[in-house]
Amino acid sequence: MEKVRRIASRTVVLPERDIDTDQIIPARYLKTTGREGLGQGLFVDWRRDASGRPRPGFPLDDPRADGARILVAGSNFGCGSSREHAPWALLDAGFRAVVSSSIADIFRANAAKNGLVPVVVPADFHEAMLARPFAFATVDLESMTVELEDGKRSTFQLDRFARHCLMNGLDELGFLLETLPLTAAWEAACEH
Amino acid sequence: MKPRTLFEKVWDAHVVRPETEDAPAVLYVDLHLVHEVTSPQAFAMLREKGLRVRRPDRTLATMDHSTPTLRTNGRFEIADGEAASQLRALEKNCAEAGIELHALGTEGQGIVHVIGPEMGATHPGSTIVCGDSHTATHGAFGALAFGIGTSEVGHVLATQCLLQRKPKTLEVRVDGFLKPFVTAKDVILAVISRIGVGGGAGHVIEFTGSAIRSLSMEARMTVCNMAIEAGAKAGMIAPDGTTYDYLIGRTRAPKREAWEHSLRDWLRLPSDEGATYDESVTIDGSALEPMITFGTNPGMSIPIRGEVPDPERIEGEQARAGLAKALRYMGLRGGAKLLGHPIDAVFIGSCTNSRIEDLRAAASVLRGRKVAPGVRALVVPGSQQVKRAAEEEGLDRVFLESGAEWREPGCSMCIAMNGDMLFPGQIAVSTSNRNFEGRQGKGSRTLLASPLTAAAAAVAGRVADPRELGS
Repeated sequence: MEKVRRIASRTVVLPERDIDTDQIIPARYLKTTGREGLGQGLFVDWRRDASGRPRPGFPLDDPRADGARILVAGSNFGCGSSREHAPWALLDAGFRAVVSSSIADIFRANAAKNGLVPVVVPADFHEAMLARPFAFATVDLESMTVELEDGKRSTFQLDRFARHCLMNGLDELGFLLETLPLTAAWEAACEH
Repeated sequence: MKPRTLFEKVWDAHVVRPETEDAPAVLYVDLHLVHEVTSPQAFAMLREKGLRVRRPDRTLATMDHSTPTLRTNGRFEIADGEAASQLRALEKNCAEAGIELHALGTEGQGIVHVIGPEMGATHPGSTIVCGDSHTATHGAFGALAFGIGTSEVGHVLATQCLLQRKPKTLEVRVDGFLKPFVTAKDVILAVISRIGVGGGAGHVIEFTGSAIRSLSMEARMTVCNMAIEAGAKAGMIAPDGTTYDYLIGRTRAPKREAWEHSLRDWLRLPSDEGATYDESVTIDGSALEPMITFGTNPGMSIPIRGEVPDPERIEGEQARAGLAKALRYMGLRGGAKLLGHPIDAVFIGSCTNSRIEDLRAAASVLRGRKVAPGVRALVVPGSQQVKRAAEEEGLDRVFLESGAEWREPGCSMCIAMNGDMLFPGQIAVSTSNRNFEGRQGKGSRTLLASPLTAAAAAVAGRVADPRELGS
């Protein structure tokens, strides 16, 4: 996995609360056996109308969203299904961080495992970010801060272990494989 | 020893390595349930890394999400080539690893959260995971059961363990006794309405109280199934006589001495006197009414005779905007009653409400009545076993004679990735668990309710109060 230390880009803002993973990527895109190319399904039913034409004004398709790596979304982002296709789709579309005042548990775990940084900021800072779409922002894992172009800054929350894995490009599986002797001993004691 | 909750006892008994500030706990998984949609990338990862499935004996697979529910002349009509290749991939992966698979068309096939309990594979005090958020269902037995992503599916296949931070605890106490026609589905919709779709985040819910204790196992599964819809990690109910009566004698339940031994352990599982929860909520079960959702998340529900909330009267700009957006999508007006609202379809099924008791409830309403003209009613049993049981009781005849369709088991129109779906703009009363935009097909609109309420709507062709029809 790629090491993530600092993400700097314009933000795309989706202010809706409780954006569920069915909106991030509808179930009909889940028939794949791979994980590539899912960006084409990202928010597809919000981006396109019934005939498949782009809906005017959708932030993701704004020219200012070009090259954006930071998504700012309303609270409780990523609720609903456990589909890891949701972070895969965001990554495929170029995003490297999701910022909100709260991020649903399963989505948050899935995101971090794939190098998409789940950034939880205090409510007032969240409001400030929601109010400034396409502002330039920097997410820094070293200092655990988000900084806006006007110099406004906030620290953010991220599990220490998730941070360690993200910054060093580590796969969690490595830790579990190292623990296998302990796991085997545990099994032997419990399964006698 | 400090008094502990049910959750804490199950957690403590599965910690292989305790958590520290720097690293989460290594938690052992007793049972890993697998289905075709969230597993192929995990098996591929194992292959890439040259790893084997460590405990195929603790892994159990079925096909449910992308399986068709139509069978014509004995043949299943698989939705498309992608769905077919996903099913083939699971077959191949399970054969290679030696994992028990209940494939499409076999007698044990069904929705993963229906077949686990019916086989007796869901044991009190165990840890159960699956690449599916409704894994919470199994918490009805006093198991710690939660949904995981595909990376974690890979972790469990390779190591039988997961890295987990210990969640907090939330007690949801439902006191009193439920009135007639008020079911487990109504209880959980009322709970989610009360605490919100993010209200359980970071917590494991333990459902307690007399209204919960009086529920059957199947009803308890309905309650725990939707714990995730409140954002909770899991939902749990302490095992008791109801649990043991359900479990004993099932294929994968412990036998003879092993049963006695297990039972002694299970009897120690309920939360200790004096154990404390991080948070508590109490609901008066006696005051609950049949519930129905009006919006685009499961927290947006009202009593069946109630009024849809008016965005104009809601505090907070974001909450107001959210409600207005939901009502626009649903084509509903704030302040109006939902009762009498015309519908296009009724879906009775899903891991929430597709068990035999759910089908009996729906049949009690549909018996001797007709589905309203122009309404499509789909009844989808949760498993082949449920289907056989229903047919032995003649429920299939009740459904077919009413004009409803009687299908093969699967997730069907709950996830709409298998050929069963609503058309854009259609509105359905569904016994499933999610009313998200487009959940039952692009542009579809969903009203979540109990099997009784759904069946009543099928007959009326409108949102209806099941108490008016009687059974």
